[in-house]
Amino acid sequence: MTGIDLSVNVGKLKLKNPVLLASGTNGYGNEISNLTDLSKLGGIVTKSLSLKPRKGNPPQRIVETSSGMLNAIGLANVGVESFVKEKIPFLKELNTTLICNIAASSIEEYVECTKILTAEELISAFEINVSCPNVKEGGLEFGNDLNAVGRITEKVKAATNKPIIIKLSPNVSRISDFAKVVKQEGGDAVSAINTLVGTAFNIWTKKPKIKNVTGGLSGPAIKPVALAKVFEISRNIQIPIIGIGGIMNWQDAIEFIIAGSTAIQLGTVNFINPNAGVEIVEGINAFCEKTSVGKISDLIASYQI
Amino acid sequence: MKQSKLKIDSIEKLESNTFLISLKSNQSNEVITPGQFYNIKVSDNDFPLLRRPFSICDFINDRLYFMFDIHGEGTKMLSQKRIGEELDLLGPLGNGFDLSGDFDTAIIIAGGIGAAPFPYLIRKMPENKNVVSFLGAKSKSAVVKYGLKKIFISTDDGSEGFHGNVVHLFKSKILDFVDKKIKIYACGPTPMLISLQEFVIQNKIDCQISTECSMACGFGICQGCPIEKSSGDGYLLVCKDGPVFNANAVKL
Ligand SMILES: Cc1cc2nc3c(=O)[nH]c(=O)nc-3n(C[C@H](O)[C@H](O)[C@H](O)COP(=O)(O)OP(=O)(O)OC[C@H]3O[C@@H](n4cnc5c(N)ncnc54)[C@H](O)[C@@H]3O)c2cc1C
Ligand SMILES: Cc1cc2nc3c(=O)[nH]c(=O)nc-3n(C[C@H](O)[C@H](O)[C@H](O)COP(=O)(O)O)c2cc1C
Ligand code: FES
Repeated sequence: MTGIDLSVNVGKLKLKNPVLLASGTNGYGNEISNLTDLSKLGGIVTKSLSLKPRKGNPPQRIVETSSGMLNAIGLANVGVESFVKEKIPFLKELNTTLICNIAASSIEEYVECTKILTAEELISAFEINVSCPNVKEGGLEFGNDLNAVGRITEKVKAATNKPIIIKLSPNVSRISDFAKVVKQEGGDAVSAINTLVGTAFNIWTKKPKIKNVTGGLSGPAIKPVALAKVFEISRNIQIPIIGIGGIMNWQDAIEFIIAGSTAIQLGTVNFINPNAGVEIVEGINAFCEKTSVGKISDLIASYQI
Repeated sequence: MKQSKLKIDSIEKLESNTFLISLKSNQSNEVITPGQFYNIKVSDNDFPLLRRPFSICDFINDRLYFMFDIHGEGTKMLSQKRIGEELDLLGPLGNGFDLSGDFDTAIIIAGGIGAAPFPYLIRKMPENKNVVSFLGAKSKSAVVKYGLKKIFISTDDGSEGFHGNVVHLFKSKILDFVDKKIKIYACGPTPMLISLQEFVIQNKIDCQISTECSMACGFGICQGCPIEKSSGDGYLLVCKDGPVFNANAVKL
């Protein structure tokens, strides 16, 4: 490739290029590494990890919708302990930046997971998934509660010296208020968006198509919503943003960067085209060449309104 | 497992709703086990968004065959493809049937389009094994005998063969096999597999079943396709641990 500088700084986190694979859409890097070269990407974000393994929801867990899909996986994951024992050794071989995503049902659990994983040198940053039910507060999502998001940021930040990215839920009225709290409490960046709550029914049986009744909507269907959320944060709060939601190709990625994202994550597209990440890095590079952009970081929040 | 774009070599209608498509593979030395599947993108755009899983129906020289029923929009689009068009395939995926074991007669039990994986299984079956096929369908017009051997047929409406379901038909013939060492290979709708599973577990018959579940990725990264383990807590993944399982390994 040519001399274009694709590197970006997400706060303290330095990435070789802005393309990351989103949590829950690349497992722990293993299977997808047979189909693409992860070392060419900015990095990967692991499936959400919790302190103890979780077996996840019963089937059906997924259903396809117009230009999207609903999922209710139920945070099925191997747990922090076997992640360290069984997944880290393989991840070391991949030669890509590793961001660990953490999900928990109490603030204490978030802190505990962060403390344990901080010892792992390979992990470059943490992404905190706050779209989880807060068991102590009657199952309400942390991500819906400004106060809770603030406290999680503060406590997790105190538990590690690695960068903390808070992954915001779009199922709130003003997402920029959440980004503001994250910034106030010392968070290094936000990622936006997690999935939108949705559902689908079978008209013949009158039953929901997924066992959990509701699920998270992802894919191209959510791209305009995700872009608007990124843009809202970008206009109101000075904090690095990782844009996520319905990115299928390099054009979408560029659009997210222009709308205010420092980096982007690919989710659903990995299921359809496991090599999308590499293709998007190449596409971004070609776009920069064509438009004489020497540094991709010059494009961040370059919208003209 | 790899991602490749392959050209359509032929497409034909086998029965009113069933099609056979063949693709020119670029590797004739590809190792594919009967019962494995490919996850196929049926369009060049975002509609439909996800790939569609299909069992490998046959693999001869450098040609891959898939047999499919029109079910919804995706399979309809597939049926309208033309020779020379390219399809984007991911595979071969999952674990297929185990052709080894202490048996002299392989018994195939297929419900409807569940017959799809068996032409290739029959081709790969060691020559010293007998093969007998039990094939069930809704009615005569849905009976697809393509690539099967020694076929017994059942139809739900009695329009061809045994009147009833294919598991009943098999049970009615079980005495024919008392002096044989049998192994059953089955694929079909879940209710069919449940009734067969009950029977083979009770009678301690060696049996493998090919299961189905909605899938997104097809290769183990989305966790979208769980199937309950028969013992212990937790799930296996249909796409990665299956789709073929020993009948006693999973709860249907
Ligand atoms: C491992 C495996 C092997 C298969 N092999 C064959 C085969 O050889 N021949 C064949 O005709 N069919 C096969 N199927 C079923 C086939 O994948 C579905 O019929 C097809 O996905 C339907 O797509 P559609 O767009 O026409 O239907 P729609 O109903 O519009 O599809 C909507 C969504 O539901 C999913 N879906 C619908 N039915 C099924 C199903 N039965 N199993 C899994 N997902 C489903 C689709 O993939 C899609 O995401 C197989 C399924 C699996 C899991
Ligand atoms: C099957 C599936 C599983 C997911 N699992 C997680 C998860 O464990 N943790 C998390 O923070 N986000 C999870 N997500 C959300 C994605 O990381 C991403 O935010 C979302 O899918 C939107 O991006 P997309 O439209 O590109 O898929 C999951 C998404 C999907 C589709
Ligand atoms: S379909 Fe994605 S894990 Fe099985």
